[in-house]
Amino acid sequence: MFENLTDRIQKVFKNLRGQGKITEANIEETLKEVRLALLEADVNVETTKLFLEKIKVKALGKEVALSLSPGQVMIKIVHEELIQLLTPKDKTANKLKFAPAPPTLILLAGLQGTGKTTTAAKLAAWLKKDGRKPGLVAADLVRPAAIEQLATLGKEIGVPVFRPENGEKALDVCTRAVKTALQNDCNILILDTAGRLQIDEEMMNEIAEIQKKLKPTNIMLVVDAMTGQNAVQVAQAFHARLPLTGLVLTKADGDARGGAIFSITSVTGVPIQFVGVSEKMDGLEAFYPDRMASRILGMGDMLTLIEKAEEVARQSEMTKKLSKPSDFNLDHMLEQIQQLTKMGSMEDIISMLPGDHAQKKQMMAQAPDAKRIKRMEAILLSMTKKERQFPQLLDGSRRRRISQGSGTRPDEVNTLLKQYDMMKKVMKKGGMMQKASNLMGGMGKGGFPPMGGGMPGGFPGGPGNFPGLPGR
Amino acid sequence: MGLFDKFKNGLFKTAQQLTSGLETVLKGGPAISRQALEALEETLVRADMGAPTARAIIHEVEESAKKDTTHKVHLANHLRKAILGKLESVQTPFALPKPGIILLVGVNGAGKTTTTGKLAARFAGEGRKVLLAAGDTFRAAAEEQLTEWAQRAKVEFIRGAHGAAPSAVVFDALQSGLAHGADCLLVDTAGRLHNRSNLMEELRKIVRVAEKAAPGVHQEKWLVLDANTGQNAMNQAREFNKEVGLTGLVLTKIDGTAKGGIVVALAGELGLPVRFLGVGEQMDDLVPFDPGLFVEALVPVEAEHSS
Ligand SMILES: Nc1nc2c(ncn2[C@@H]2O[C@H](COP(=O)(O)OP(=O)(O)O)[C@@H](O)[C@H]2O)c(=O)[nH]1
Ligand SMILES: Nc1nc2c(ncn2[C@@H]2O[C@H](COP(=O)(O)OP(=O)(O)O)[C@@H](O)[C@H]2O)c(=O)[nH]1
Ligand SMILES: [Mg+2]
Ligand SMILES: [Mg+2]
Repeated sequence: MFENLTDRIQKVFKNLRGQGKITEANIEETLKEVRLALLEADVNVETTKLFLEKIKVKALGKEVALSLSPGQVMIKIVHEELIQLLTPKDKTANKLKFAPAPPTLILLAGLQGTGKTTTAAKLAAWLKKDGRKPGLVAADLVRPAAIEQLATLGKEIGVPVFRPENGEKALDVCTRAVKTALQNDCNILILDTAGRLQIDEEMMNEIAEIQKKLKPTNIMLVVDAMTGQNAVQVAQAFHARLPLTGLVLTKADGDARGGAIFSITSVTGVPIQFVGVSEKMDGLEAFYPDRMASRILGMGDMLTLIEKAEEVARQSEMTKKLSKPSDFNLDHMLEQIQQLTKMGSMEDIISMLPGDHAQKKQMMAQAPDAKRIKRMEAILLSMTKKERQFPQLLDGSRRRRISQGSGTRPDEVNTLLKQYDMMKKVMKKGGMMQKASNLMGGMGKGGFPPMGGGMPGGFPGGPGNFPGLPGR
Repeated sequence: MGLFDKFKNGLFKTAQQLTSGLETVLKGGPAISRQALEALEETLVRADMGAPTARAIIHEVEESAKKDTTHKVHLANHLRKAILGKLESVQTPFALPKPGIILLVGVNGAGKTTTTGKLAARFAGEGRKVLLAAGDTFRAAAEEQLTEWAQRAKVEFIRGAHGAAPSAVVFDALQSGLAHGADCLLVDTAGRLHNRSNLMEELRKIVRVAEKAAPGVHQEKWLVLDANTGQNAMNQAREFNKEVGLTGLVLTKIDGTAKGGIVVALAGELGLPVRFLGVGEQMDDLVPFDPGLFVEALVPVEAEHSS
């Protein structure tokens, strides 16, 4: 797994706590990390440079709110800028356009194997569901069994397929389909073309010819989410020969960050319209800039989580009062537990965090379950305010009383106090950054001791990412 | 156009970029400037090598150039040597024993079926008795596509029913192929994204079943990688390697402008040799990988003279 941007930025800001403002001096390292994160996501080198310049301008001089770390502020700036760049200026830009006189044409183009044929059929299924009358045109005469592939898919979704007959070329079959569309009860035609390299003159002429003769209303470039640095060069060449109206990102069900599509859209200005998320016919989704931005930064729905945490932190008075780690007492621990519950169930929280299925399963296994958290809360609530503020008061008899009062076993009370001690120690020596994950480890089923046995580095995108805890 | 030319043509763009990078460095004079090295590093990133690998290579170039006592430092040589070193250190010689199995695996659309077809033609041309097994029973018309390749390459071909369990098809194909004296068994598989655990499990099963159907028969497991792939190739290779233990790579679509620089990173991290390059959509568009040629196309000789 790549480090996500949150990890990277937190790392940099580790030593910069207490600096209330983002300055030229303290932003340099962060920008380097943002750069690496973007390059890892396959954002083009040039696009990355331009983006960093924009970010720098936005970030300089920004005040850092009390409840946030400078790292979180930077993450927000980066994320918001990315969303803005992914959002087309024209609100209708990401919609399919319909021709004044049917049939409306959708021409799909792209390199070999990017997912054109699959996307053609998915689009047809989508349009059909929308109550329209699509038809598919098999205009790939290069790839073996490409026509058969489209015919099979057409049959599966119940959409007619126009296939080349008696030596028809790509343009011929498209032209015939357009002429006979209405009599075949089709008012939208999707033209599936052969994959081609943008440097293949002959093949580029073929598709340019189709465009010139038939003037499709929609011309979409199909881009594989796994594409690397070559993407911009390819897209620009296609755009130069065919006026592209939209982009489709395919194979987004994989774990590729998909930064190439960001480069393409920002260099060409062509909007992203659809996202392919499976091999199946229903695996086509509308495009959402915010999801894409989080994906590129490798943050899952981390941002949602930061926002929730911010919200919780705003409401919390005590968090601000805790200025020295040594002040940490059981009242703070209680508050943390309550904050944690306010943010939703552990399942919800974990589902919003980055990481693959296996990692999440592991997190779930180690995360404290709701029942356990409730019991911890009950123990803390059975203490007097004074006991919580001065835990050293808790002798044997008080512990017994608390255990009885909260309906928990005596050893549970002892475990909680041990965890508290541990957390306090960790806070004193480890930086703030380690607190969160250690705390989580401490509360996990693995219980005591939290370090090593608790949440591994993979938890919440690495140390320090678990928001909503004190000092943030 | 010869095959090497085709491949070299494709890499020409990279060559130009690298050349301009090198020129900057060389104009910087005997003291190699940081800025120039950074520019050079960037050109490697543009070739999809990934920032960490690019950085490591540039560091190596810097070190070796510092030690270079010749009057004029040819950075191109140092760069070539550094990249070549990475590739050569993992490039063991390859010969498929008789009988031998090659399993082609990879993500969707990488070029597995096409490569299977090309390999069939190549091995048949060497006088081997080739059998193609249609292990992709999922994608629409996948079997038809492979059938056509079998016909083109004039080799035997076994397929099952569309939608059948691929492991069952592979089992039957290998068993009957070996019984009929096939000595080169090429297994095409369905494209699968490495993060889909059920599909990876299916692949593990195919491997297990293949071992059962052909006990003791040498089995190569090659990851087919599209040269257009960026940093995700790292995850792909790691996961496929973890699941089935890869023995090599095939880099396809290198006839385009994609550089496939990620194989340099893969050599470094996983020690995976590249076996073949796909240089087009035709049957003979497959060339054995030669690290020297690859690097030569990446950092052309002209770069030196331009100083
Ligand atoms: N997982 C996944 N696979 C996809 C998606 N779109 C296409 N594919 C697969 O990618 C491969 C190539 O797709 P195809 O439509 O034949 O590509 P074309 O050569 O551009 O027409 C096939 O195996 C498809 O099933 C997607 O969104 N997700
Ligand atoms: N230009 C080029 N295209 C290739 C190469 N290898 C495969 N292709 C094309 O890539 C597309 C997907 O190939 P395919 O073998 O079906 O991929 P699979 O899904 O991995 O089996 C097809 O259109 C092939 O013709 C290559 O080396 N160069
Ligand atoms: Mg196709
Ligand atoms: Mg295939």
